[in-house]
Amino acid sequence: MDSQKEDHHWQSTSKLMLVMMALWLFFSYIIHMFVTPLNGIKIFGFPLGFYMASQGSLIAFVVMLFWFAKAQDKIDRDAGVAEDD
Amino acid sequence: MSSETQAGSGSFTSSLGRIYGIYTGGFVAFIILVAILEKAGVPNKILGYMFVGFTILVYAFIGIISRTVQVSEYYVAGRSVPAFYNGMATGADWMSAASFIGMAGSLFLLGYDGLAFVLGWTGGYVLVAVLIAPFLRKFGAYTVPDFLSARYGGNVARFLGVIVLLACSFTYVVAQIFGTGLIAQRFLDMDFTVAVYVGLAGILVCSMLGGMRAVTWTQVAQYIVLIVAYLVPVVILSAQKYGLPIPQLTYGQALQEITALEQSFLQNNLATAATLKPHTTPFLNYSPANYFALILCLMVGTASLPHVLMRYFTTPSVRDARISVAWSLLFIFLLYFTAPAYAAFSKLEVYSTLIGKNLADMPQWVFSWGKLGLVTICGKAAESVQAITAACGAVSGHTGVLRLQDFGINTDVVVISTPEIAGLPYVITGLVAAGGLAAALSTADGLLLAIANALSHDVYYKMIDKNAPTARRLIVSRVLLVIVAVLAAYTASTRPSDILAMVSWAFSLAAGGLFPALVLGIWWKRANSAGAVAGITVGFGLTLFYLVVSRYYPHLGVQYFGMSSLLNPVSGAPLISAENMAKFLADPAIASGPALVTNPLASKVGWFNINNISSALFGLPAGFLAMYVVSMLTAAPSKAMMDFVDACRRPRGGTIMEEKTS
Repeated sequence: MDSQKEDHHWQSTSKLMLVMMALWLFFSYIIHMFVTPLNGIKIFGFPLGFYMASQGSLIAFVVMLFWFAKAQDKIDRDAGVAEDD
Repeated sequence: MSSETQAGSGSFTSSLGRIYGIYTGGFVAFIILVAILEKAGVPNKILGYMFVGFTILVYAFIGIISRTVQVSEYYVAGRSVPAFYNGMATGADWMSAASFIGMAGSLFLLGYDGLAFVLGWTGGYVLVAVLIAPFLRKFGAYTVPDFLSARYGGNVARFLGVIVLLACSFTYVVAQIFGTGLIAQRFLDMDFTVAVYVGLAGILVCSMLGGMRAVTWTQVAQYIVLIVAYLVPVVILSAQKYGLPIPQLTYGQALQEITALEQSFLQNNLATAATLKPHTTPFLNYSPANYFALILCLMVGTASLPHVLMRYFTTPSVRDARISVAWSLLFIFLLYFTAPAYAAFSKLEVYSTLIGKNLADMPQWVFSWGKLGLVTICGKAAESVQAITAACGAVSGHTGVLRLQDFGINTDVVVISTPEIAGLPYVITGLVAAGGLAAALSTADGLLLAIANALSHDVYYKMIDKNAPTARRLIVSRVLLVIVAVLAAYTASTRPSDILAMVSWAFSLAAGGLFPALVLGIWWKRANSAGAVAGITVGFGLTLFYLVVSRYYPHLGVQYFGMSSLLNPVSGAPLISAENMAKFLADPAIASGPALVTNPLASKVGWFNINNISSALFGLPAGFLAMYVVSMLTAAPSKAMMDFVDACRRPRGGTIMEEKTS
């Protein structure tokens, strides 16, 4: 394993981590800071701000994690540090 | 050895789908059988016992056939649990009696602000997947303190890790056993103490013989029971009311009806502006700062709780560990995105059939729960029409029409009364009881194993007797498991009044104590042993200090540590006015610790208006800061340690920690 390739692997991993943390920050906090204006919008009877905290952010978390597992696996494979299948 | 295990477990894992398919079918058939027996006139009590007895027997059976004498099977299920099934097991491990029974009730009472729990207990898995779990899996730890010891060279960090683990897991397991007792008492009329020890037997038979392996396969079975039990009543209710069996969609209409009713109550003097907290309006129970602080503490706590993290030690690969976190969250999501529907339907039921009606016209379910003291009207348990008429007659100016402020409900009632409110047969109530029991038992299993493993593996094997033969290690492990379990059951049987509040502390304690050391251990190579010791001590210490002082010694907090009264989230006025505070502090009965629950100051003081449930808000940054400063002031870790961190970051190449096999 040459260390340059390894550094690159960790850089890509860190970058993906930052993307995930930014999305996490958005769906955990930022969107909910606007709950009062969002509640003015109604979808299927749900005030949107309430909907985001009760379902919207949760769906985002689930989708994010499946996507993350895939994206990180691709990084590992490209760098040649993935486990054997 | 490893190839042999894999060959053996290969045929087992390939038939898992069939096994659990048959199991689920059998469970459904059992429900139908009970329904037929109910039609045939078998008394409810016997049906209830059948439900609980049958499910506990199944768990015990799985526990017994999964027994093992191999160390790696005992501690990490042979690292052969497929991601999908580990996700289910984690779901059951994670969702406790409080999630199953209590959360919908909290949402009922708190409205939007209760969603902090829904968000906190799901979003934390993003941190688990991205920052921690895959790396710990690569390292090959048996326990969380194992990793701390390897990364921070030595037993000091390991020992501190064990202390944090014990602090956050023990009260939690006591609460689960307590929950088992409550469920058996309420649904089956069983004596509380007897129920606690029955629950204990159910827990022990699963975990003692087979360790992690048995707990894993039992938890998968328990997940299936708990999710079926949670979804069935509310799906039927949704289909009845709105003609669509998807409660997660239809409760939007219920929310609209609730909002309309809230308006009409105000117009008709059935509620006062001070007592009515509109369901979808934010920040009426928690200030915005407290709301977001709570979300942070619950999320970071989730990512630090050892009994959750250790589930990801059982997957076959690092890749599987990541996928497994995603599956876990999906399975947890199924329950958590349904809980607000329970809350909305229940609230609508209360608002539309109780409030504004004559006291004589209350539906039967009010009295059946009122007799247990779980529903109150005009401040008294709603035992009968006579009782509530008398209670409301004593309220001046009461017209005999129920007003919103007259009504009180225990948070547990929301889920357990839904079958009755929907007019469903008793079989569904029995199903819910079995589900609640599954939630409590599965969480208790995971916690007990985390505690016993820390004591047997970290304290006994790694710190006391490094040459202990495998057989003795497993015996020690099992003996400790039984001792801890009996101790927890005994504590639960004394009904400690504070225990449920202490559970929510577990998240802050885990967050403040473990999160900085775990995350920086992987993501910051410069973190060293002294830094970790400082980080854990300061983070855990400050969190614990804030909890204990604000809860038990509020007078000392005000007098010596700069704490002040928390503020009302709506008006911003202090909960305790300056003159009252002076009066309380001068009263020796109040200003002497430790303060009881009834003490007017208990949990009502703090720094910066932060509730003590979110105390990691102070401990977490302090822990990070201490770890950073002390690491920078002391020598950088050795080259070998840097290589160790690199190895943890690379999925390829097998586990780093090697277990001797004999």
